Amino acid sequence: MEIVLALAIGILTASGLWLIFRPRTFQVILGLSLLSYAVNLFILAAGRLRSDAPPIVGRDPASADPAFYADPLPQALVLTAIVISFATTALLLVVLLASRGLTGTDHVDGEDGET
Amino acid sequence: MDDTRLLLLVLILPFAGSAIAAFLPQRGRDVAASLTGFNALAGAIMIASLYPVVSAGKVARFAIPWIPALDLNLTLRLDGFTWLFAMLVLVIGALVSFYARYYMSPTDPVPRFFAFLQAFMGAMLGIVLSGNLIQIAFFWELTGLFSFLLIGYWHHNQSARDGARMALIVTGAGGVCLLVGLMLLGRAAGSYDVDAVLAARAAIQSDPTYLPALVLILIGAFTKSAQVPFHFWLPHAMAAPTPVSAYLHSATLVKAGIFLLILLWPVLAGTESWFLIVTSVGLATLLVGAWSAIFQQDLKGMLAYSTISHLGLITLLLGLGSPLGAVAAIFHTVNHATFKASLFMAVGIIDRETGTRDLRLLSGLARFMPITATLAMVAAAAMAGVPLLNGFLSKEMFLAEALQAHSGTVIDVALPYLATLASMFSVLYSVRFIHQTFFGPAPSGLPHEPREAPPWIRLPIEILVLACLLVGVLPALTIGPFLATAVGSVLGEHAPEYSLVVWHGFTMPLLMSFVALLGGMALYILFRAKLNAAERPPFIGRLKGRRTFEAVLAAIVRAARALLRWSATKRLQVQLRLVIVAALVVGTLPFLRYGYSRGPAPDTLIDPIFALLWILGGACAVAAAGLAKFHRLVALVLIGGAGLATCISFIWLSAPDLALTQLLVEIVTLVLLLLGLRWLPQRLPDVWPVGNKPVTVGFRRGGDFVIALLGGAGMAALAYAMMTRPLPDTLSRYFVEQAYPGGGGTNVVNVILVDFRGFDTLGEITVLAIVALTVFTLLRRFRPAPESVQMPAQQHRQNAFDDAREGHERGDTLVHYLLVPRAIIQWLFPVILMFAIYLLMRGHDLPGGGFAGGITASIAILLLYIANGTRAVEAALHIEPVRWISAGLLCAGGTGLAAWAFGYPFLTSHSRYLTIPWIGDIPLATALIFDIGVFAVVVGTTVLILIAIAHQSIRAPRAKTPIDGPPATPTGEPA
Repeated sequence: MEIVLALAIGILTASGLWLIFRPRTFQVILGLSLLSYAVNLFILAAGRLRSDAPPIVGRDPASADPAFYADPLPQALVLTAIVISFATTALLLVVLLASRGLTGTDHVDGEDGET
Repeated sequence: MDDTRLLLLVLILPFAGSAIAAFLPQRGRDVAASLTGFNALAGAIMIASLYPVVSAGKVARFAIPWIPALDLNLTLRLDGFTWLFAMLVLVIGALVSFYARYYMSPTDPVPRFFAFLQAFMGAMLGIVLSGNLIQIAFFWELTGLFSFLLIGYWHHNQSARDGARMALIVTGAGGVCLLVGLMLLGRAAGSYDVDAVLAARAAIQSDPTYLPALVLILIGAFTKSAQVPFHFWLPHAMAAPTPVSAYLHSATLVKAGIFLLILLWPVLAGTESWFLIVTSVGLATLLVGAWSAIFQQDLKGMLAYSTISHLGLITLLLGLGSPLGAVAAIFHTVNHATFKASLFMAVGIIDRETGTRDLRLLSGLARFMPITATLAMVAAAAMAGVPLLNGFLSKEMFLAEALQAHSGTVIDVALPYLATLASMFSVLYSVRFIHQTFFGPAPSGLPHEPREAPPWIRLPIEILVLACLLVGVLPALTIGPFLATAVGSVLGEHAPEYSLVVWHGFTMPLLMSFVALLGGMALYILFRAKLNAAERPPFIGRLKGRRTFEAVLAAIVRAARALLRWSATKRLQVQLRLVIVAALVVGTLPFLRYGYSRGPAPDTLIDPIFALLWILGGACAVAAAGLAKFHRLVALVLIGGAGLATCISFIWLSAPDLALTQLLVEIVTLVLLLLGLRWLPQRLPDVWPVGNKPVTVGFRRGGDFVIALLGGAGMAALAYAMMTRPLPDTLSRYFVEQAYPGGGGTNVVNVILVDFRGFDTLGEITVLAIVALTVFTLLRRFRPAPESVQMPAQQHRQNAFDDAREGHERGDTLVHYLLVPRAIIQWLFPVILMFAIYLLMRGHDLPGGGFAGGITASIAILLLYIANGTRAVEAALHIEPVRWISAGLLCAGGTGLAAWAFGYPFLTSHSRYLTIPWIGDIPLATALIFDIGVFAVVVGTTVLILIAIAHQSIRAPRAKTPIDGPPATPTGEPA
């Protein structure tokens, strides 16, 4: 499993990096989406891989042993990251629309150079 | 009364008064002036009431701890010396505000003037009363800021703006040096507390950072106190209104440097470097200032250079490092403040009544304004050091000190002669001022006919001149005890014997004084005509401080631009490449050093389905990367595929909360990007025709490809190395163990978000709210590119179809558009909303929570928009997302604040279960109320963003291109 997830993170990162180097704003937005998937998976992996052990404890104090559950801390971090990445995507999209309206191009520098 | 809380009150009063004065109307000048005078007087009375404490040799202290571990507290202290200085600041402040009330023209924005003046007074008191080095630097910068505002008060005047800017830059640059110097000093002393520092003389002087700290602190003090070579800003600051000059350049701003030198004198002075630097700078300033003052034709310019010269004198005295020198320095600081403040005020009156300050135009004013003339003459005589006035006493002390041997260097030999020479210059310009302004024939060609000033405006000068006289005649009875207290607090057991009497017998200093007096008068008689013809001071007149300053500024700007040109690029692609390559290099370095290895933990068994999932997900990602340029919609769908794979991985890896949120966010993001597609340009034809592509483009793309591959490989390798190592014991243990007993919830992730790390979440939803408002604001002024304003091709086809058919109006085709989904969504809407509330309620115990619930609710609204069109929805439903956002923030923040009401820290939560028949246990923690706030913010944010983008399509376009047919395009349909 570890090797599969590591490769998945690698592929998502590589595709995302390629896209954020592109000159068109839409490509950059998609690239950031892919990168955020990669980073979120990476953070989750920092809690190591556990199946069938969601961090939902019982009310009995004896059940509150970290060994029984997947690490909740990275999950809490990723949860906020998901929502924030939505907000930044929205902001980026609007900025790019505004810049496109002002400059007449969707090039990231606001002027058409090479593709 | 010795309540040290008075110190805080003294410090707060001027700032509070400033805030009030700032909002007074134009006609509130009397109120503003009285407020300023009252605050200054009240402060003076409070400080005076603390005199019994300091005269007993104790230090009054008041502290509010802030970060005690870092030695950062609000500490106020008052000892004998700072008592004297605070009284000076407050009493002269009161007199200046009284003077300014009558001086300022009613047409100026006077309340603003008093607001600045009080704030400045507060900042100055802050320096004086500070018991902490960092705090001193803070108030130091505040004085710089408010003096900038005061000097530039007549901001319509170019020279005022220039003078203010120059003062700000010079003293501000000095302030930065001072901050660093004080931090070094604090480190050497082991504490930033002033009293601790003052007790650590040996530790400081033996510390290797003593010299750098000394130099930096001295630069700070010298820039503020206008010492050579930083003195040039002071004459330019004379563009300020005269009351400002009277205050800033007598008792306050320029004395801040002197104050600091005296305050730190016990720990910094006495070394060879101190002696050499401070003495030579002081001596140079004394001579340069006095020499330049002789040749000034502007009265305020003359006073400015005379101030520089007197500041140099005080610095010189401090540099000598002898206790008697320090006594003379403290005494002269007080004397100079009194006579210089009164002189500035007198010059202000002359300027006001005659309309000019040019010495060459003025003449014979004594017969027109006899009282002002008498006052100015007494004050100028004090400045020249005439016996029976206060200036004489401290100048005697100075001359006596100049005769003592201090270091055995050439300075010792030359000092008596140079001191006499400087005194002679001082007499010369004082005599020139008195004789030329007040004696001789009646002036001709003045802008106004001169007349005596009204009595009220003279009152502050009369008080100050009376002080000069009283101190001059009866020093031991007036200033004596206070000076002794001040000296005692600075010098401690080293306080020397000194006598404050007018007559010491025929001594060497007396002889030097008389040589200076007679010599100065003789020089005036010999050279008066030549002085009036002088354009600028001979010898040093060529050293234009201002020109140098401007040249330095220009050079800095040029260098910065050159550096920017050399090192920076405006191209985002280049920047991103650099950032990623730098990250790659930094990330690789540790592996080069320590080698790469997988950890000891065994791999978990590979599930073929999981592998298949990521074969598909990876393919989606790669395909999306390849197609994003020419096939945006396809790329968007493929990205969704990769997102789905991520989402399933979250479930697989025991993160149901994440999977839920990811899935919902995925939907919203998709709709968002689809809405955005409408405004993007048509697919571009390839800029490079086939076979005509420059080689560099291929190189660049190849380079990008390699960087991307390396980055991906690096992340994969890093992730693998991390995952194969066992998990160390982290904070998670605490969260898991305390989630139920401490947080009252069983869903640990949710408890972390709304309880343990609730403050982070509060910050996060604030960010969301800010983003939403930014998006909203950006889109209000949105101007789409002209070609996007055209109707989409699909709508043309629809219209053509409608036109071609009998009995069809345009838009009829759309009536039945999405009819079945519309009906379904209509019915589903309440169900989805209920599901959202369910997710919110159960969040504390089971996967769900405010984020997931909020996005679900906004998806319900979104579906309604998609199915029915923007106009139809908004005719029936009023959603005010901004209200949702503000209500949510208030709710979440209020929950946190409510904890205060019960005496707990911010955001402490309380939890219990409520059992409702039929439904069961409801977790009822205060965290739930917090989560409701999160829910509301998320709903408001998502809906606001999406609606703002959706609305662009139904807005009346602003572009000039005429539009064919109705502009309305119900959102969602073309996409």
